Amino acid sequence: MHLLVCGGTGCRASESAGIEAKLKSELEKRSLDQSVQVISTGCFGFCEKGPIVKVMPDNTFYTQVTPADAETIVAEHVVKGRRVESLIYTDPSSKEKVEESAKMGFYKKQLRIALRNCGFINPENVDEYIARDGYLALGNIITGMKPQEAIEIMKESGLRGRGGAGFPTGLKWDLTARTEADQKYVVCNADEGDPGAFMDRSILEGDPHSVLEAMAICGYCIGSDKGLIYIRAEYPLAIERLKIALSQAREYGLLGNNIMGTEFSFDIELRYGAGAFVCGEETALIHSMEGLRGEPTLKPPFPSESGYNGKPTNVNNVETLANIPVIYLKGAKWFSSIGTEKSKGTKVFALAGKINNVGLIEVPMGTTLREVIFEIGGGIKDGKKFKSVQTGGPSGGCLTEKHLDTPIDFDNLIAAGSMMGSGGMIVMDEDDCMVSMARYYLEFTVEESCGKCAPCRIGNKRLHELLDHICKGNGKLEDLDRLVNMSNVIKDTSLCGLGQSSPNPVLSTINNFKDEYDAHVTDKKCPAGQCRDLMEYFIIEENCVGCTACARVCPVAAITGERKEPHLINPAICIKCGACMEKCKFDAIIIQ
Amino acid sequence: MSKIKLTIDNRQVEVESGTTIYKAARELGIDIPVLCYMDLHDLNIENKPAGCRICVVEVEGRRNLAPSCSTNCEEGMVVKSHSVRVLNARRTVMEFILSDHPKECLTCLKSGHCELQDMAVKLGIREIPGEAIAEMSTYRLDTSPSIVRNLDKCIMCRRCETMCNDIQTVGALSAIHRGFMAVVAPAFEQNLEHSTCTYCGQCVAVCPTGALTEVNHTNEVLRHLADPSKTVVVQTAPAVRAALGEEFGMEPGELVTGKMVSALRSLGFDFVFDTDFAADLTIMEEATELLSRLQNHLEGDGTARLPILTSCCPGWVNFFETNFPELKDVPSTAKSPQQMFGAIAKTYFAEKQNIKREDMIVVSVMPCLAKKYECQREEFSTDGNPDVDISISTRELAAFIRQANIDFKTLPDEEFDNPMGESTGAGVIFGTTGGVIEAAVRTAYELHTGKKLEKVDFEQLRGLEGVREASIDFNGLELRIGIAHGLGNARKLLNDVRDGKSKYHAIEIMACPGGCIGGGGQPFHHGKSEILKARASALYREDQDKPIRKSHENPFIKVLYDEFLGEPNSEKAHKLLHTHYFDKKKRITIKQ
Repeated sequence: MHLLVCGGTGCRASESAGIEAKLKSELEKRSLDQSVQVISTGCFGFCEKGPIVKVMPDNTFYTQVTPADAETIVAEHVVKGRRVESLIYTDPSSKEKVEESAKMGFYKKQLRIALRNCGFINPENVDEYIARDGYLALGNIITGMKPQEAIEIMKESGLRGRGGAGFPTGLKWDLTARTEADQKYVVCNADEGDPGAFMDRSILEGDPHSVLEAMAICGYCIGSDKGLIYIRAEYPLAIERLKIALSQAREYGLLGNNIMGTEFSFDIELRYGAGAFVCGEETALIHSMEGLRGEPTLKPPFPSESGYNGKPTNVNNVETLANIPVIYLKGAKWFSSIGTEKSKGTKVFALAGKINNVGLIEVPMGTTLREVIFEIGGGIKDGKKFKSVQTGGPSGGCLTEKHLDTPIDFDNLIAAGSMMGSGGMIVMDEDDCMVSMARYYLEFTVEESCGKCAPCRIGNKRLHELLDHICKGNGKLEDLDRLVNMSNVIKDTSLCGLGQSSPNPVLSTINNFKDEYDAHVTDKKCPAGQCRDLMEYFIIEENCVGCTACARVCPVAAITGERKEPHLINPAICIKCGACMEKCKFDAIIIQ
Repeated sequence: MSKIKLTIDNRQVEVESGTTIYKAARELGIDIPVLCYMDLHDLNIENKPAGCRICVVEVEGRRNLAPSCSTNCEEGMVVKSHSVRVLNARRTVMEFILSDHPKECLTCLKSGHCELQDMAVKLGIREIPGEAIAEMSTYRLDTSPSIVRNLDKCIMCRRCETMCNDIQTVGALSAIHRGFMAVVAPAFEQNLEHSTCTYCGQCVAVCPTGALTEVNHTNEVLRHLADPSKTVVVQTAPAVRAALGEEFGMEPGELVTGKMVSALRSLGFDFVFDTDFAADLTIMEEATELLSRLQNHLEGDGTARLPILTSCCPGWVNFFETNFPELKDVPSTAKSPQQMFGAIAKTYFAEKQNIKREDMIVVSVMPCLAKKYECQREEFSTDGNPDVDISISTRELAAFIRQANIDFKTLPDEEFDNPMGESTGAGVIFGTTGGVIEAAVRTAYELHTGKKLEKVDFEQLRGLEGVREASIDFNGLELRIGIAHGLGNARKLLNDVRDGKSKYHAIEIMACPGGCIGGGGQPFHHGKSEILKARASALYREDQDKPIRKSHENPFIKVLYDEFLGEPNSEKAHKLLHTHYFDKKKRITIKQ
């Protein structure tokens, strides 16, 4: 019997390490520690209900476990073979208990390729990775294939970069392989920067060897003996597990000189990023590794010609790399049979926002937004109405109801006015104001622009200022034209992908929610009731009994009225704190 | 090189492969506006961060607009440089830049010479939309002895950074902060004074706006001129006469020596002297020092330090004091001509005229900003009274002349005063790279060999190549000479000297590319390197026309030695005309 305890950052933060320790001590107490193993795994993805403990081989899936529950799990499940009912997941719509993960709505539609080992193996033990056919692909390739043959398989598989741009991986390898040089580099881009996205972190925490193996395969294909992983320093657990994985791989001769007795040598170094969003852009990333300011430079030249230290460099994202060993084991045909015509395989998404099942999911390309949000994601929180979903991180676009049946792939999302990005998916409900949402995303890009090119440095700031102006009720109708023009010019003239996509939230919200913008500038109203400056608290005379509770709680004495008489709010004094509304027992106070 | 055919604005052009769209357009007479871009091709200096995005053009088939300054032409490319899309983008980006630039044109030192102002005129900007709500990025004003940094006016063209880091290898300026607050500054935002800055002023020379300017000292000069108790003496450096005319609309390279003297007299200076006289004096001292070190070396004295390095450039002195303090006994101990002049003026000349030291004010007009710092050095004063009181730049003199209602172009030619106004051709060529060493060779040859030098023009020492070398036959002794201009080139020669690998007997170093003609205090060249060439040839022309072309033949120099100094390198000469250097590595602090 195995007890799998999630050791991802999310569950760790909810004391999963304590659960693990308690399980071990409880087992020890009962002298079961030899027959039952407790394994700390990578992320299960179902972060909403963490910490997760999974019991194998019966697949029981326990959610929201506390260290105190560890004793019950051992005493009941391990010793007596009875499932602990109170820890079993209840489906929010059917209200039924679902004991096994495979039957849960969250997992039913998922297909886990990049995340295949996350939540399954102990990432700190290379043997467990090897037991799952780890390093077999590398062995097959370096002992039995020419680099060009392996590149052809990668091309046939149709794998496209998962970092956002979707460039065909095989083609990238081919370009780097064809550039003649005395030194080439394989770089893993682990500078995950989209707020709310944590697929790369989860892969590195849960299955680091798959990334190392893929980098070695890439090194063999393009003719490089040196790999670099650029990882943000804010990922301490991922860094720790990478370090363990690197030393174990070296110890087993899976990295280093003459791997598996062949002529092929390859080793990997870690480089730490300071967390600048723009360093996820490959030229900026390379400059950061060179010790220069993390700023992008114009492409061409592409890194495949001139990258790290001016040498040909192949940059792949973590999730892209995690797909690679399986592709070689199961074949290009198998991989390309999954997904849509132009986007093959699966994609990992980080579900966040007003959705029931917040977490990390992996679905085949072509799955619709509706399936992701309502089936896997379990629908909108608190029974509210779905309004919009932001895909592609802060520089993606807001999609609406009409896009829900769009099959998700690289091209469809762009056609819909958004993008795949690294796979962030933030769901918004009827209470979210789209103007302030756009402002929120701009705040992020203003903060994260490197400042090198004028449109991104100044233009985004001006966009943000104007959105703020509108949210405060000072906007004019012609400001909307200016928003659109500034957005288009920033997209058209910016140096790198950051500025070329940062106005997307503005453009997509103006396209899809024009009436909401109009309401802000012409009626000075925020239909979602989010923009504080546009709200007015109001007492409905008929409902007010004159209990004075609101007047007493008002911190600025904006409410007046006699006892048992209807009260009145003076909007000139009101600071819109909402305390009166909270206090009123008669539903007499509303926001207008 | 293969040829490429492309179409720009419906016109065909054929260019070498590797040509940028911007340059190809120029061949067609299409003047695409550029702002951050700068190309000093004769000096191999190019700045193209592609950051301002003003030069964007539409390239058929590309999603975004392309920066023409750094996008290479491709076969069959179809480019539009003034489509509606381009013009709108260019204008909008310009409006962005102006929205973050102080509207102080009327009082800005750079007004009339500002490239941003010119661009606003060219693009016909009449208003800045959204100005009322536009926040500005503001920074602390930083004043050093030579340079003022008002970064509110910085547009992030990065030219200064290119000059400081790539060309000068000084590394005082680089981009800091990010996004809207990104700006070019010393590390940790410390003051220039606490950085590695050498005050070479190349940042000021290339700054398109008023962000980097010289410290203005003209008012101080005016105050002294108005004081009847003071005798105000002025000296003018050789490079000034080759550039001053440009400020009054004259052709680059037009010599205005006579008009300059006449203008200075009109301004009210009591004595108008020539730094060239002091340059001749410098040669007497430096050539003698060279010959004595050479002699000692030939006689087997291991302590004789060779190569001897020239020491007349204050930016260069600051550079080795900060970067190569271990070599501080290698350069010649001879003071710069500016300081020799001051020392002699306030002793020999003051005594002759019976003027008390404190009643004499020595003003220098220099092509240089480091001279401002140099004259403030403690070791160049007696009892707190500096040998040179004030140093103003060529640009400041021009402004001064304009303010005094002098119609410069119509001024008659006048002669310098004596005794410190007489100079030889050797003194004149001090103003250009290679000139000091050529002047030294003319004198050293005759002193060493006792023979008359028939051909005084040493063509092999001239030109704009960054590092040059020549060997000259000194009666059987082959004198090996190295020349570097630009501190990056100097660093190369200095590394060799430090490592004991230098093959030269003497090295001339000028901090500024081109020598003093390209100094940080000269009229702005606005990226046109032809201007520097024209100034250099003007100086060689003046040399050619001089009746005396060897420093030791200057009759007033002979008198000075006879009456006052004794002989070159005498004790008195040492006291007045020589100096010593300091280890300034420790000067670099992180204080603010």
